Amino acid sequence: MKRRSWIRKNLFADWKSGSVTVFFLLVALVYVPRLLDWALFGAVFAPNVDACQAARGTGACWGVIVEKWRLIIFGRYPFDEQWRPALATVLLLGLLFASCIRRFWSAWLAPAWVIVWALFFWLMRGGAGLTPTPSDLWGGLPLTIMLSTIAIALAFPLSIFVALGRRSRLPAIRTICTVYIELIRGVPLISILFMASFLFPLFMPVGKSPDVLLRVIAGLTLFWAAYLAEIVRGGLQAIPKGHLEAADSLGLTYWQAQRKVVLPQALAIVVPAMVNNFIAIFKDTSLVTIVSLYELTGSLGLALNSDANWRPFKIEGYLFIAAVYFTFCFAMSRYSLWIEKQVAHDR
Amino acid sequence: MRRRSASRSWSWRSQAFRGLVWQVVAVLLVGLAAWYLGHNTLENMRARGIKSGFDFLFGPAGFDIGESLVKYDALDPVWKAFLVGLLNTLRVAIVGIVLATLLGVALGIGRFSKNALLRGLCYAYTETFRNIPILLQLLFWYLVFTEILPPVNEPVTLGTTFFLSKGGFSFPWWIDGVWSVPTPGAFSMDGGATATPEFMAVLLGLVFYTAAFIGEVVRAGIAAVPKGQVEAASSLGLPRGLQVRKVILPQAMRVIIPPLTNQYLNLTKNSSLAVAIGYPDVVSIATTTLNNTGRAVECISIIMLVYLTTSLSTAALMNWYNKRMAIRER
Repeated sequence: MKRRSWIRKNLFADWKSGSVTVFFLLVALVYVPRLLDWALFGAVFAPNVDACQAARGTGACWGVIVEKWRLIIFGRYPFDEQWRPALATVLLLGLLFASCIRRFWSAWLAPAWVIVWALFFWLMRGGAGLTPTPSDLWGGLPLTIMLSTIAIALAFPLSIFVALGRRSRLPAIRTICTVYIELIRGVPLISILFMASFLFPLFMPVGKSPDVLLRVIAGLTLFWAAYLAEIVRGGLQAIPKGHLEAADSLGLTYWQAQRKVVLPQALAIVVPAMVNNFIAIFKDTSLVTIVSLYELTGSLGLALNSDANWRPFKIEGYLFIAAVYFTFCFAMSRYSLWIEKQVAHDR
Repeated sequence: MRRRSASRSWSWRSQAFRGLVWQVVAVLLVGLAAWYLGHNTLENMRARGIKSGFDFLFGPAGFDIGESLVKYDALDPVWKAFLVGLLNTLRVAIVGIVLATLLGVALGIGRFSKNALLRGLCYAYTETFRNIPILLQLLFWYLVFTEILPPVNEPVTLGTTFFLSKGGFSFPWWIDGVWSVPTPGAFSMDGGATATPEFMAVLLGLVFYTAAFIGEVVRAGIAAVPKGQVEAASSLGLPRGLQVRKVILPQAMRVIIPPLTNQYLNLTKNSSLAVAIGYPDVVSIATTTLNNTGRAVECISIIMLVYLTTSLSTAALMNWYNKRMAIRER
């Protein structure tokens, strides 16, 4: 009985709602079988070029993923050494996952970060018993995850200082921080990445130019710090003035008051907004392809553009990496919702 | 905390004095950094023999541009190429903003539909398009136009007057005072107007991506209208359509407008990704010029200036609007 009433209420409440339902069901009847035919029943799952060519237009060629997945996921990293980026990425993801769960929030987290990062770079670069692999061979998903994580880890502390600076009583400091934030937020990320790839070499002393990977990390950090600073500032504005006055009357200095009273509350409020921004950072890391660092989006091009046999099946490749991106971002957005509920509980 | 003393105390214990010192230090640091970077840049330019200055803007461009709203050829000066790029950016951004708003508002309102199927579809759309990078979406649409669609002489027909093919999207248009309808020819469309595959890919990518965000903005705005308002409207006997138009939307607008403007700016900034598929927007023109002339500092400054002008003028407009719309409390 219950189910019947749900259907009535949500699908056939009145003639309008009913006709919408009927229309959608008709559309689904026509197109869903076609879609299933293309994606599943008519699709080729074996890495067989001829079968894929034969099925063109009627069935998807998932064989291209089976054939090329290692190139797509790891980019140009030497084939026999790919266990290293795989392990490094798993370690990093495990650390991120642990950092998101309350039970692991302890004094051990900070040294754990240092150790995992050290391990990550040792595994990626080699040396000390592993074959050295220069950073221009890094690519694919490990590079995407590494770039977004480093950008977050570096931009976050910087953003706190910039946000405090923008609310400072000292006009010069306030102006510097405001100009920095507004300048960065007014230009597209791609222009900052072009700056990193064309101008940073000019900024350095003659003959000394850091690796393109480092330049891009610097660019990403500077860019995202401005966005995170605005989020932190929103949190700072939500703290009642009385808290600062209370800290003052206890004789706390400015920095003590910020560290012990204001920031813990402000940062707790903005966690959901932060996580949403982390999703944006993860997605927009794909832009480094344009300055020729081959992360996930770029490595798909590397894997398929040069291979005339498999090139026609790039659409399937795009769908595959879209699914990878979606998985990560969707997981983060669910986490953000969960945190929001937690914060609401604490109030 | 601030004690106004007649004589400024020059001691570290005075807050005013400490503040002054910190500011001087900060300004000096920023100044030093700027000088250091500028000095290095000049040194590097001297070492590599790179010229500087904006004189290159008046030399011939030397490259063709795929599509242009004004007459342009390779012999025209560089500044004109930039103008073409700027107009292309504005064209895709403005069309994109209009379409993304229409789709986004529909999505946002759809989330409150009585019909569960419609609600679910709007939700699924939002989650899907929000969680896939826009660059990937642009590349995907471009691939659809260049590989999947049929050749121009056998296009996909929508209705009887719209055509989709590898040649782009053709639609009826007002040409020289006559309504001109496209017809498929052997090598191209005759009559009507045709949007190129590059333009279409950028447009579709921007619209589908941004609409998901606009849908969320609209949904939050509607959710912010107190329930009592809707109940009051119902008790006055207003039909649902009128309730939305006269009671809910006007109040939701206050919450919607600022984040909506932000999305418009995001769409405009994201149009810079056109460089990845070769739609000649201002960024593509700048990078082409950069490769031809080697004037990196100038070309990147021009890109930044274009977007900064747009962003800052929009922000100024928004502040003025917010001041006007603010609810005046007693």
